[in-house]
Amino acid sequence: MFRLEARTSTPAWFNLALPLIAIAATLILCSGLIAIAGAGVIEAYGVMLSASLGDSYAITETLVRAAPMIFTGLAVAIAFRAKFWNIGAEGQLLAGAVASCFVGAIPMPGTLAMLLMALAGAAAGALVALVPATLRVKFKVDDVVSSLLLNSVIYYALMALIEGPWKDTFSGYPISPPIEDSANFPVLIEGTRLHLGVVVALIAAPLCWFLIARTTLGFRIRVTGENPEAARYGGINVQRVLLSTALLSGALAGLAGVGEVGGVHFQVMSDISPGYGYSGIVVAMLARLNPLGVVPAAIFLAAVMTGAEAMSRATGVPAFLSDVIQGTALLAMLVALLFTAYRIRRVGAQT
Amino acid sequence: MSAPLIEMRGITKSFGAVKANEAVDLSVAPGEILGLLGENGAGKTTLMNVLFGAYAPDAGDILVEGRPVAIHNSADALAAGIGMVHQHFHLAPRLTVLENLLIGIPGKSGRIDRARGLARLTEISRQYGLSLDPNLPVSALSVGEQQRLEIIKALFRGAKLLILDEPTAVLAPSEVDGLFAALRSMAAQGLGIIFISHKLNEVRALTHRCVVLRHGKVAGRVDHPASTTSAEMAKLMCGHEIVPPVREASTPGASVLTLDGISTSGHAGTPLRDVSLFVRAGEILGIAGVSGNGQRALADVISGMLQPRAGTMTIAGKTVTQFSPRELQALGLGRIPEDRMTTGLVTNLPLADSMVLPRIGTEAFSRKGLLNPTAIRAFAEAQIKAYDIRCPGPMVRAGALSGGNLQKALLARELAFDPKVLIVSQPTRGLDIGAARFIHEKFLAMRARGCGIIVIGEDLEELLMLSDRIAVMYEGRIAGTLPSADATVARLGLMMTGAGHTEEAA
Repeated sequence: MFRLEARTSTPAWFNLALPLIAIAATLILCSGLIAIAGAGVIEAYGVMLSASLGDSYAITETLVRAAPMIFTGLAVAIAFRAKFWNIGAEGQLLAGAVASCFVGAIPMPGTLAMLLMALAGAAAGALVALVPATLRVKFKVDDVVSSLLLNSVIYYALMALIEGPWKDTFSGYPISPPIEDSANFPVLIEGTRLHLGVVVALIAAPLCWFLIARTTLGFRIRVTGENPEAARYGGINVQRVLLSTALLSGALAGLAGVGEVGGVHFQVMSDISPGYGYSGIVVAMLARLNPLGVVPAAIFLAAVMTGAEAMSRATGVPAFLSDVIQGTALLAMLVALLFTAYRIRRVGAQT
Repeated sequence: MSAPLIEMRGITKSFGAVKANEAVDLSVAPGEILGLLGENGAGKTTLMNVLFGAYAPDAGDILVEGRPVAIHNSADALAAGIGMVHQHFHLAPRLTVLENLLIGIPGKSGRIDRARGLARLTEISRQYGLSLDPNLPVSALSVGEQQRLEIIKALFRGAKLLILDEPTAVLAPSEVDGLFAALRSMAAQGLGIIFISHKLNEVRALTHRCVVLRHGKVAGRVDHPASTTSAEMAKLMCGHEIVPPVREASTPGASVLTLDGISTSGHAGTPLRDVSLFVRAGEILGIAGVSGNGQRALADVISGMLQPRAGTMTIAGKTVTQFSPRELQALGLGRIPEDRMTTGLVTNLPLADSMVLPRIGTEAFSRKGLLNPTAIRAFAEAQIKAYDIRCPGPMVRAGALSGGNLQKALLARELAFDPKVLIVSQPTRGLDIGAARFIHEKFLAMRARGCGIIVIGEDLEELLMLSDRIAVMYEGRIAGTLPSADATVARLGLMMTGAGHTEEAA
């Protein structure tokens, strides 16, 4: 017989081991589905691996996909640190995409355009995130529900935009007009899609870590998240911290949208995000809300996504497996987190 | 002597490198009240958790009426006839007394058997003199009544041995008498009782025999607690003599904190009604009262957590009624909250973080929004050393510390910046003699340096020892204030029940 016993402390190596164990458990659990689909498990994972990380082009493709998830992962990680339950990174990403597309379509010098796109996108995401945060601070509205539902509001507002005023009159497709060529983010390696936004995402992660670990705002975010009453008693304006966190989180999610418009799609369409906002939650949990951990976690999910498409073509296993792996990884990580607070102990050896 | 009801033999339990219990033997006979004494961290709670099935021992046996039993969880413990009343009650506040008793008790064909439950409750009430209205919701019960319900709950489930973990910590003196009468009646009818407490006078008054733990081992056994002095028992617990501190005579200065006609509303506990009081420099004002008579609101108003509806508060002549906790701290107000775990500290973060929390934005620990980790760490390390806070270091999770060390950490954080006024609630609740003595000495030292201190507490002997004056709270009002020279436990106890009424006499 086994039982859970409360831990008094958590060993440091757990931070690294738990996500790896969760990922291993996920791959083992999902291998059953591959087998049911009639493919060889080893072969299928092999195709996934080589298509996502097997050569330099594959790696750049994976990084391009990881960039928006690094941003949404950081957005969620910072919000969750303050226990501001931002499930709305998806909507904030879309708002950022729309705002940056709007700015990018205005003719102006390229550098200025890119800068203004980033500012507009971050501001739009921040404003969207401010809605659930304000509702919570002023009226005690549950932020999980309000931020989640706001995603649909933003999505359909975007749809109304591209089906209405932004509709392509020539082709009739529901897509926005493209941004100016000069506003396209520069490609870093010729022949790939690796754009400037990816580098910005990779730099954003250590900056966010610094913010959380080394600034007074980060201190206040951590304390507020862990114990709002002690925070208030200790002189922290808890409401202001929550609002600041929301602005920061929303801005980061907005930047995810900016990168997709400026570096990948150059316009806005209905499927500009295949759920990067929600994947951000998985990324943040796998990273244990540590901004530095967000980068490898996002790269893992990106590899699963790019790899799943190639696997689907090669073995006939539906590409939806990518979504299953994401969901399973989140569940596995949540279970793994249990072991930071509890240990399994074998009892009843004498019976 | 009859065969023991419960016998624990050679119980050993380690957490990592720490041996919380080492080869502990203990037994309780039917009809016996056993006192379990020891400082915090001596292993009392671990030992009882082993008995109640929360921890599996590394070695040792538990025998119930001579037969070895394996206890893996609280259900096993209850089945073996062991009931426990924890310090924090496990009751559903919106359910009635009877419904709380019936939680988890299977009835006929999935239905709750109220009639049979009521019959058992009446029987237990009559047998042990523990009466409660079965139809009252738990939220309407006083703390003492809730504790009575916990005891009835254990008896209802057939407990033959009852473990009470510091049961008197939450009670008024009159309620303690009632509890002791009930416990004596239970013992007289053959139940065994393990009574855990720090209060030596209570242990001497109630128990038949005592086991004293120190550093996880049995430090001594006392066969006749009534004829053993408190000093002898304290020596067994601490391993050395304990000398009570002396409050030197002094002349207080000008008033440093004044409350004038403060009333509150919109607070979870009893609101304040027209409370006026003051404390002068170099003076300790004790606030006595049964918990739940507005002490919480008083502490919250003074520390800035609750804005009063009416009245004014001044610190050194400056009106500070609407000030935030941060603004009050800046004016020299130090606070020790009643609940150190939820209000004082951030248990999941490093200890150092909690120790610098109120002053994180000041030059001492940050500059232009950037933290100074070296200064934070150095401050925490210095305080850990100065206050003898037992912990692996400043980066340890605050929640891993024991209550006494947490309280020292909070005291260090507030006193490091030399407050002019100090408001403390239940400063030594749950602390052992050594830690409590340390805290008392710090308060007296602060008093000697001209700090005005308000101590909210329920332990009257502690208040009498520390305070220059004692105010008694009753139903949100100040029922009266006495110079401590004129106060006695009996007189204060009477005022605490709302009976005696003495006007302000400073």
